[in-house]
Amino acid sequence: MNRLTYIGFFLAIVFIFTAIFANQIATHDPIKQFREYDQSAGREVSLKNKPPSGEHWFGTDSLGRDVFSRIVHGARVSLFVGITVVTISGIFGIIIGAIAGFYGGWWDKFLAGYVFNVFLAFPGLLLAIAIVAFLSGTNPTPNDRVRHLIIAMCITGWVGYARVMRGQVLKIREYDFVQAARALGASNLRQLFVHIVPNAIQPLIVQASLAMAGAVLAEASLSFLGLGIPPPNPTWGTMIDEARGIDTMTNALHNLLFPGLVLAFTVLAFNFIGDGLREYLDPKQRKR
Amino acid sequence: MNKYKLLNFVKRLGLFVLVIFTVVSLVTILIELVPGDPAIARLGDNATPEQLQAFRNRHNLDVPSFFFSYDSVDGFEWHGVKNRYLDYWKGVLQGDLGISYDTDRPVLDLVIERYPATIKLALAALVIAVFISIPLGVLAGTNKNSLIDNFASFFALMGICLPGFVIGPLLVYFFAVKIPIFSPTGSYYPEDIVLPAITLGAALSAILTRMVRSSVIEELGEDYVRTARAKGLSEKVVIYKHVLKNGLIPVVTILGLQLGVLLAGAIITEKIFNWRGVGTLLLDGINTRDHRLVQGVVLIISVTYILANSFTDMVYRWLDPRIRIN
Repeated sequence: MNRLTYIGFFLAIVFIFTAIFANQIATHDPIKQFREYDQSAGREVSLKNKPPSGEHWFGTDSLGRDVFSRIVHGARVSLFVGITVVTISGIFGIIIGAIAGFYGGWWDKFLAGYVFNVFLAFPGLLLAIAIVAFLSGTNPTPNDRVRHLIIAMCITGWVGYARVMRGQVLKIREYDFVQAARALGASNLRQLFVHIVPNAIQPLIVQASLAMAGAVLAEASLSFLGLGIPPPNPTWGTMIDEARGIDTMTNALHNLLFPGLVLAFTVLAFNFIGDGLREYLDPKQRKR
Repeated sequence: MNKYKLLNFVKRLGLFVLVIFTVVSLVTILIELVPGDPAIARLGDNATPEQLQAFRNRHNLDVPSFFFSYDSVDGFEWHGVKNRYLDYWKGVLQGDLGISYDTDRPVLDLVIERYPATIKLALAALVIAVFISIPLGVLAGTNKNSLIDNFASFFALMGICLPGFVIGPLLVYFFAVKIPIFSPTGSYYPEDIVLPAITLGAALSAILTRMVRSSVIEELGEDYVRTARAKGLSEKVVIYKHVLKNGLIPVVTILGLQLGVLLAGAIITEKIFNWRGVGTLLLDGINTRDHRLVQGVVLIISVTYILANSFTDMVYRWLDPRIRIN
């Protein structure tokens, strides 16, 4: 594994750690709007759009909230949605892909020839947008929205794993050790889940890592479009959306830069891990 | 056209029709996901029963949603052919996508008004991506591990990890606020397309640069390159006439697959720049809970994507005769 992969692992660990211990790491309440006493005006005014300082490390946003604490708490949403989506769609994708590859014949024709193609025929993000928009009804609570985001992203995400899994199973089911298991009388399910799947899992790990980057990005995109967890709850996508007014950008560009950079580094980290693992697991690629 | 080719063509056409059929069906069913009564979801709790009834009549909401239904109270019930699913299909085949809840205009008209702007934006992004990625990828691939290669890698990395909704506002800040060359939002003047197209094309140019680079490196190791060089052809001819022609084959596939990403990304880009295309139409539909409109937009974008993919597939086969045989 190269240096970039280690950087990826380091950033990912920082991200996961931050998300888990968000309450301890955040310096302020993420939704509290801070105010200060203005001498000249003689009254309390909003502490808005302040540049980074010792008190507010990443400055404050247009409503006087602490940007650092909001980013830390936003990590929690990204991580939770990302890991849940990767796990659920991974499990479904692996099972469906394994069935298509192992049983072949009509199963394969139906699943790989038809179902996969249907799901690949939608642009993923568009389908996710539509599903969240339709599921949400009038006033979704934050928990509803998290659930809807996860459902939408799983519906669009499983097919990636299924395709990789199918290819792997097609290859591995012909190996000698599987033939041996079959000769010893192992049932189809036993061949599939005891012998084939554990040996087919490596490229799936790469897929999962890249999918994690995709899920974090998709969650941020949907939040940016107003389909994430409703305000005032902090998510990176919403923060970027709130910071892109011309007034806010001119007076306080840090509002846009910090969440943007954190999002970029997180996506980068999982991409590095995925690419690094791919090279590590497939030495033929290393020479490039 | 020989028998084998014809069979292959019929097979692929059959799959295409099947996929279109399923996509339309799925989109039709999407609207049933809306929790509760769509009339109440749209008009709110304060609407009078008469208003609700008028709304249901206008939008064909009081007929059953499918051929049959099942719930714990009534059990299994057969509704016959008078159902919303079949009605929507009849409409689609006649070019009628229903009436927008919010504006009371035909959905198809609304989409057609906005459609050219989105296609224009997507094509502009595509052109920008191709014009950046091919020269950069070739330079990086032919000068492996040089300064330009490292620059190309860095550029590609930035394009992949910085999403459009971070790049877009930054472009607005630098090229519309700090240095006012372009207007920050809107689509009134021809040059207004520049910033949105760069925003939308950034990710694609990053992916393509990587593709072109690795493709060029791979092709440079092939025997025909040595032959071409041995014939005394100039390096320029070797690279642009021989290597690039073969190296672009995988790039074309990626281009086709990325078109979906481009169309979906257009929704985000259009929001940033207030670009009046189908993306902003979709978001307006979501905000006003105009589910009929959202349904229509999703349908049109998906069908566009499927058509574009099939087209790419054809180009791909034409470019690489090896695929035609398999």
